[in-house]
Amino acid sequence: MARLRRFLDRIEPQFHKGGPYEKYFALYEMVDTFIYAPADVTRGSPHVRDAIDLKRVMSYVVVATFPVLLLMLWNTGYQANNAISELGMTNMEGWRYALMDLLGVTYNPNSLFANMFHGLLYFLPMYVTTLVAGGIFEVIFAAVRNHEVNEGFLVSSMLYTLTLPPSTPLWMVALGIIFGVVLGKEVFGGTGKNFLNPALTGRAFLYFAYPAAMSGDAVWTAIDGYTGATPLALAASGGVEAIKTAGYTWQQTFFGFMPGSLGETSTIAILIGAAFLMYTRVANFRIIFGVFLGMVFTSLLFNLIGSDTNPMFSLPWYWHLSIGGLAFGMVFMATDPVSASMTDKGRWIYGGLIGFMAVLIRVVNPAFPEGIMLAILFGNIFAPLIDYFVVQANVKRRLKRS
Amino acid sequence: MASQAKNNVIDPLIDNNPITLQVLGICSALAVTTNMMSALIMSLALTTVTAFSSAFISAIRKHIPGSIRIIVQMTIIASLVIVVDQILKAYAFEASKQLSVFVGLIITNCIVLGRAEAYAMKNPPVMSFLDGIGNGLGYSLILMLVAFFRELLGAGKLFGHQIIPVANDGGWYIPNGLMLLPPSAFFVIGLLIWAVRSWKKEQVEAPDYQIHQVHRTEVL
Repeated sequence: MARLRRFLDRIEPQFHKGGPYEKYFALYEMVDTFIYAPADVTRGSPHVRDAIDLKRVMSYVVVATFPVLLLMLWNTGYQANNAISELGMTNMEGWRYALMDLLGVTYNPNSLFANMFHGLLYFLPMYVTTLVAGGIFEVIFAAVRNHEVNEGFLVSSMLYTLTLPPSTPLWMVALGIIFGVVLGKEVFGGTGKNFLNPALTGRAFLYFAYPAAMSGDAVWTAIDGYTGATPLALAASGGVEAIKTAGYTWQQTFFGFMPGSLGETSTIAILIGAAFLMYTRVANFRIIFGVFLGMVFTSLLFNLIGSDTNPMFSLPWYWHLSIGGLAFGMVFMATDPVSASMTDKGRWIYGGLIGFMAVLIRVVNPAFPEGIMLAILFGNIFAPLIDYFVVQANVKRRLKRS
Repeated sequence: MASQAKNNVIDPLIDNNPITLQVLGICSALAVTTNMMSALIMSLALTTVTAFSSAFISAIRKHIPGSIRIIVQMTIIASLVIVVDQILKAYAFEASKQLSVFVGLIITNCIVLGRAEAYAMKNPPVMSFLDGIGNGLGYSLILMLVAFFRELLGAGKLFGHQIIPVANDGGWYIPNGLMLLPPSAFFVIGLLIWAVRSWKKEQVEAPDYQIHQVHRTEVL
């Protein structure tokens, strides 16, 4: 390790102003601070001494996605293997199958390792594509603008990949993250200055640009030609009955054994991540509970109103939580500290608004089966306004007191 | 005089473009740019209206009472728009149907009224006419550029001709559906403004406030 430090110190002057590689300082800085803790200290005010810094916050979020990641790998492979055995496919073409045959991995949906491995073969290319495509643009902007490349991108790229359906083509994955990074974040000045969640901005771009690849029945299982509706789509057509007829129990959807976008299927894994994020105070519990309460309130309201033609009205709140991306968005997306509300009261309102909008879009809007992505982006836009009114209310309250 | 005339036409193309610098006329730029044909017709219609309304308003500018000038200007603009609308209906009915309400909405286009107020009320008719032409062309330039990207990326076509073979007809290109939705015009116009202001630095607005330096590597 000492040798590496010496090497980095030796090449550092070349990246400084006047050195031959001064344009690539951002790249050097990224590698250096990724491996070692930087020795920089803050000058001037505001000056806060704290054991937690941006780097740690960001890496905690990545750690929190690990349970989701594990279950996602297993589930993606399980769904694919299940589809293969259901369709009775043999002699499949493609590099994944070639690699699996070469290594002697079976397609047995009951084998833990086969499922994990098969899932990894879908997740890994998408994740690497995200890192490379988004990373290139991060570095370009960092170099041109004299910024640092920030760990925030590690989080954005992980969360972005987890929101995509497993069959998304790689060029689409790249396009989405580039859009998210450039137009969702960098045009506003980079990390900390974006008003929208970059990962969700990228996903929203894909959702509207290529609806055929991001919605419908054919994209949720990573096997070409296999159509399987997600429980959320089933609920939209026939309510809880339709989900149960298709063979999904509530426990099954809660543990995540169902087709869907990569990371959103397992509610229990997401909740474990949520517990970790709230314990370390990386994610604010007010936002998570705000979304949850907003969701429960709105779905109870719809249950009460009822409808003869729309089965979604009668969907209970615990089903709303376990199917679709609501839990994932609630825990990982809505809590993004940059694009969320900053005041404590504002966080409750912001969370409630997202929960309300998510269920509203799910139940009432016939065009979009899932509402959490749009609800969070909507909440992001309102977050500064909410903060403004909370602060103004506080100012008024204190003026009255004096 | 000649250089003034030239300036009136050239200046609004890039240096003082009504869309990218003044950010006017955005509404129609979103609505009519899904294909290049309707963008072209809209551009022609708006250029004509701006040029003639500026000329007419300038011709009677000394007789317009200041207190009711907007009403007088609007009357002239509205009459011209009706003429353009009728001509389109008579000779290009299909295109007029496609543009639907947006030809009529030229009346409310800020560029037309903006030129009348800012230029035609103070300058002679010929110069005002040229100024109208220039601003109309500046608007047209941006409209055509936006429509170019939107039609090409959204449908693989230009002026209705297939340029890139799309996947539905056996080609390789999967059309970008977002480009056919109005919000994409915001993205395209935003990127155009970004490009223009990177090229012409003097168009960059002064920042509202400056954050003071926080870190040795960050230059704000």
